[in-house]
Amino acid sequence: MQAMTHLRHTDAGSALDVEAVRRDFPILKKKVRGKPLVYLDNAATTQKPQQMLDALTRFYVDTCANIHRGLHQLSEHATREYEEAREKVRRFLNAPEAREIIFVRGATEAVNLVAHSWGRGTLQPGDEVLITGMEHHANIVPWQVLCQEKGAKLRVAPISDAGELLLEEFEKRLGPRTRLVAVAHVSNALGTVNPVRRIVEMAHRQKTPVFVDGAQAAPHTRIDVQALDCDFYAFSGHKLYGPTGVGVLYGKAGLLERMPPYQCGGDMIRSVTFEETIFNTIPYKFEAGTPNIAGAIGLGAAIDYVEGIGLERIAAHEHDLLAYATRRLAEIPGLRIIGTAPEKAAVISFVLDGIHAHDIGTILDREGIAVRAGHHCAQPVMARFGVPATTRASFAFYNTRQEVDALVAGIHKVQEVFR
Amino acid sequence: MSELDSLYQEVILDHSKRPRNLRKLEGANCQACGYNPLCGDKVQVYLTVRDGRVVDASFEGAGCAISTASASIMTETVKGKTVAEAEALFDGFHDLVTGKAHPGRVDLGKLEVFSGVCDYPTRVKCATLVWHTLRSALEGDRGEVTTE
Repeated sequence: MQAMTHLRHTDAGSALDVEAVRRDFPILKKKVRGKPLVYLDNAATTQKPQQMLDALTRFYVDTCANIHRGLHQLSEHATREYEEAREKVRRFLNAPEAREIIFVRGATEAVNLVAHSWGRGTLQPGDEVLITGMEHHANIVPWQVLCQEKGAKLRVAPISDAGELLLEEFEKRLGPRTRLVAVAHVSNALGTVNPVRRIVEMAHRQKTPVFVDGAQAAPHTRIDVQALDCDFYAFSGHKLYGPTGVGVLYGKAGLLERMPPYQCGGDMIRSVTFEETIFNTIPYKFEAGTPNIAGAIGLGAAIDYVEGIGLERIAAHEHDLLAYATRRLAEIPGLRIIGTAPEKAAVISFVLDGIHAHDIGTILDREGIAVRAGHHCAQPVMARFGVPATTRASFAFYNTRQEVDALVAGIHKVQEVFR
Repeated sequence: MSELDSLYQEVILDHSKRPRNLRKLEGANCQACGYNPLCGDKVQVYLTVRDGRVVDASFEGAGCAISTASASIMTETVKGKTVAEAEALFDGFHDLVTGKAHPGRVDLGKLEVFSGVCDYPTRVKCATLVWHTLRSALEGDRGEVTTE
């Protein structure tokens, strides 16, 4: 079955067969409030293909055991599958070595890991951490707290009215005291794709390492951490069609080796006496306690799934949806798109004249359309554009132009109610 | 749209588009600020209370249709009520929007238009934020009320 799916999706050069991939996602058959589900909240979390769900079930039914300790066969199998998942992530990110891949709970935990472990050991009073004006709260607050603790300064590079990072302003703020740059690869609220390669070049000229929050990028684009040359890269499994509660931190081995542990206990220890503990090597040094074994295996299966379809094919389909949705939404009188950068992922934030995002969200929900309404955990972005909240439609490869049409019809209904 | 109609009733739409008492109240002797971190809505409630009675009420702030209409209708409703009556109205209103309405509760009058909110659990806070803020103003609390 899996082999057939694989073949079906990988006929070289052909366009994505959306109806075929939709059949892989059981939830897409669901009706919500009596209407077919139109799921456009993929930036919050993506739906799960049967192949990934089968991998989770298979682990619990066939292989369930703890890893890296049992001498019995089940533990060997579980350990092998867990480490195979790490290798799949390595290939997915094109990281040089599997030991540079650390399994965490999600992108948020990855930021916190680096802030605690790298930040505590490195930052001195007067040092600076540079972020951008389009970051998610999870890529602001850990740095803010760290800076407060260390007497360091959090600096912010501003963004343009289109929602693009102002590179010149960014470079101006990159100084001899900048110890770290932390930047989103793709903005969750605006969809903007940041020029990470150029950012890394600028930062590295100052010998400043770069942390990339890839939570919104991993589902949409092929990621190559060696080509980007970033020092850290983080993403969440559940936004990449994998299970919740698992994510990845990639870090260059040299940096990870110098960093102290983040949490203590379990796998991260080599030997313990009451006087001293010797920590394990990377990546295990950063994986304290029994990890999310099933989650990692599920994430590996999700990566197999998207690789089976082809990331280029996914990107092409999503780009078509983005262009179509942008055109259709822009035709609606009184609708303003927030975030109009030329380089965007398939995320559209918008506001409607005189109608609050929450009212839009409720009325669309009655039509079976799931969108996000609110500040998207990016309150500084909302403040930058002078809006309390936006409505956000975010697309995945299983979405269709018909669903964009349903969204447009839903928005017309919203306007009717408030006419 | 019939289910939607129960939420976005004409009266609610009217008050959301043309909110009453949307102004700063000069000479107010009670006031409080409310904040809903979920949607970023902020509301400021002003009251003039004399001899245990709400003589005048107003609000400032921008939010969704439900929160704006709730603030508008609340300020209309509590004017002329004693503090105890206003508190009782909040209890009754809270029961109404959370679906706990029971016979023998206080007569809510115009506030009944919010009965549809109980079908939308995520919107309850939109309707109640301004009431929490009112209570805080009446109790003379300092600082900000939040819905969380």
